[in-house]
Amino acid sequence: MKKLLSMLLVLSMAAAMTGCAGGSTSGTAPETEAPAESTEAADESAAEDEAQDAETADTEDVAEVMSYDEYMAADLDSQVTIEAYVQAKQSWWENQATVYTQDEDGAYFLYNMACSEEDYELLTQGTKIRVTGYKTEWSGEVEIIDASFQIVEGDTFIAPALDVTEMLGTDDLINYQNQFVQFNGLTVEAAGQDEDGNDVAFLYSYDGSGSEGDDLYFNASYNGETYTFTIESYLCDSTTEVYSAVKALEIGQTVNMEGFLYWYEGVNPHITSVSIAE
Amino acid sequence: MNRKRKIFSTVLLAVFCASSLTGCHGKREQTAFAVPESFDTSKEYEITFWAKNDTNKNQTDIYKKAISDFESLYPNITVNLRLYTDYGKIYNDVITNISTGTTPDVCITYPDHIATYLTGDHVVVPLEELFSDESYGLGGSELRFDSPAKDEIVPQFLEECSFGSHYYAVPYMRSTEACYINRTYVEALGYTLPDVLTWDFIWEVSDAAAQKNADGTFLLNGQEVMIPFIYKSTDNMMIQMLRQKGAGYSTDAGDVQIFNDTTEELLYTIAEHTGSGAFSTFKISGYPANFLNAGQCVFAVDSTAGATWMGSDAPLIDIAEESLTDFEIAVRPVPQYDPEHPQMISQGPSICIFNKDDPQQVLASWLFTQYLLSDQVQTAYARTEGYVPVTLSAQNSEEYQDYLSRAGEDNDDYYSVKIQASTLLLQHAGDTFVTPVFNGSASLRDASGQLIENVTKSVRRGETVDDAYLETLYSDVAALYHLNELSAPAGSRQDLGPLPGTAVALLGALAGIWVLILGCLLGSRLKRKNKNH
Repeated sequence: MKKLLSMLLVLSMAAAMTGCAGGSTSGTAPETEAPAESTEAADESAAEDEAQDAETADTEDVAEVMSYDEYMAADLDSQVTIEAYVQAKQSWWENQATVYTQDEDGAYFLYNMACSEEDYELLTQGTKIRVTGYKTEWSGEVEIIDASFQIVEGDTFIAPALDVTEMLGTDDLINYQNQFVQFNGLTVEAAGQDEDGNDVAFLYSYDGSGSEGDDLYFNASYNGETYTFTIESYLCDSTTEVYSAVKALEIGQTVNMEGFLYWYEGVNPHITSVSIAE
Repeated sequence: MNRKRKIFSTVLLAVFCASSLTGCHGKREQTAFAVPESFDTSKEYEITFWAKNDTNKNQTDIYKKAISDFESLYPNITVNLRLYTDYGKIYNDVITNISTGTTPDVCITYPDHIATYLTGDHVVVPLEELFSDESYGLGGSELRFDSPAKDEIVPQFLEECSFGSHYYAVPYMRSTEACYINRTYVEALGYTLPDVLTWDFIWEVSDAAAQKNADGTFLLNGQEVMIPFIYKSTDNMMIQMLRQKGAGYSTDAGDVQIFNDTTEELLYTIAEHTGSGAFSTFKISGYPANFLNAGQCVFAVDSTAGATWMGSDAPLIDIAEESLTDFEIAVRPVPQYDPEHPQMISQGPSICIFNKDDPQQVLASWLFTQYLLSDQVQTAYARTEGYVPVTLSAQNSEEYQDYLSRAGEDNDDYYSVKIQASTLLLQHAGDTFVTPVFNGSASLRDASGQLIENVTKSVRRGETVDDAYLETLYSDVAALYHLNELSAPAGSRQDLGPLPGTAVALLGALAGIWVLILGCLLGSRLKRKNKNH
């Protein structure tokens, strides 16, 4: 009888352990799915592996690289391939990078381009990249979206800041959209008022609704016209020199500035440096 | 040049959350919160409040005033305000801070997001005990201000904060979507604006508005740009269309139902009208208000909480003055399939409280949260946009009723479009709905909008939208948003379906073996008994 009982207990344990083993089988499901998860590790418009695929496709079936003029002539929503040099990086988020690029002829704003975090580190200033994506316009900003890229080894280029001060307020200015530019001899104007009604030289967010770390907005005038400039906090966060410099501005000071000629319902320069004119 | 495109995707967060919060389990378990008997006024408490504003200085001013007034009532509590303009950014930051144990104390959020926060143990405080506490609960005797009683919070809005068998939030403000219309254009096209828009009407008028002159300019406005119908939040668009059609979106348990025949039919319709130039979206083209105000749009759908940007006389304008056009604006509920039974989304910020080691700290957070529900804060904040207060006491207050009655007195506080938007929600509160909340419901929401965004983009790029395209789209979107991994909210039971055959066989075998064991034992006992006798 004892033998029979022992046998039955062993059988029972074996069956129970089979149950446990079943648990471990279902536990492997996430592992099985893990590769899919990692390949899905990208945002809505461009997964990293899609980017890889696109890169492969680029090399296998090389799209013709457009000149800047050809790019500008291309229809909105059409696929474009360009080569340009990284000038600055605005942000990386969930395998998407937003980058300011330029060549000798013009500039290209790359919005939410598929880019792994590792590749983002490789996008140093001056690096040449080939980009394939779709030309689009968002609130006046002409840009490339849903793009993938590959680094092109070889030459580098850092764009000199083009002086567009005299073009402020003219229709010609948009022809330099997204380029690295400079504005010289502008006078700081009031950006708004503080809680006590005193004029202030800058605001957190466009109306003062923001706080430290948010975009800074400030006004500066030239030839009697006042223009608004922005410290885009993704491009230049609160730890940067330019962020501090703008917070230290005083109304009436004369300033020189550099930045990118971004567009949002009109010119909206993303300033990267501000200095007080001698 | 004011509002910006800073869109935070929540796509990967669900995955990140699931892994990082699960990782937290072993690291740092928070104990469940229990309401203290009394609030300790002898100690100083510092609480952090993460708040969202609609890029609207009036709103940040109201937060600051509310904090200042509250601190006067409770001098031993200091509230540190951190401002956001994007729910997605708050969500991301909360997720990051859950894993490090540095969540805020009080946070403006969406119920969809809270469902993800609940993946960790006791991260968010369930509020039932706090609601009902005699001293410090809603309308409690020991409060130093007039707090609403539980039945004074609009029941429907409060229920929106209940999931997983608990209240994990209180509503703060409510809004819905509205269609802001250039009535001048509608009538110029020979149409009469109905009280309730139908989808057929929207598409027909939009197609008519997309007609061009020989030189490429648009007949209606003579400009080079005209997007007759622009939708800000395409996730809401898809959700409301499905609801109005009685089609599936998701079950309460988190089963995804959006990939159905009705969705296909809707996407074909959207593709058709994108092809005719009648339709686009915020993500693709820009803010609906900017196109509307520039005379480049007929129908702009956006939140009622975006009403202050709508119209040529709007208090907030984002385009150059010379681009503004003068037109008569009308406000209507979102388009309907059955105008006799309109249905529209209920949305807006809610407030949750994060658990802390010190229950007194949590109680301090609860006191502040309740203060945000007081009449003075509710009415002041609701007036900043097309919101409505979430308490009946604030809604029925003399101040708020007076405010509503003065629509159009000026183009600032009494801006008519803003008050019309609020009134729209008040009149249609019974026609609003919310979608089920579960861990991953935020991803499903994103996915539903993504279907529309992708189809719209593809049509604009000259791609063919057909059955094969949609099949691939469904598969890609399901994978991208991990829709196969969604789950019911923490604390709720999920129906896992019938046991598989192998499990049934195994359990049967176990039961059989134990019957045999017991039989043997019984047999041997009987034998022994018989022997002894």
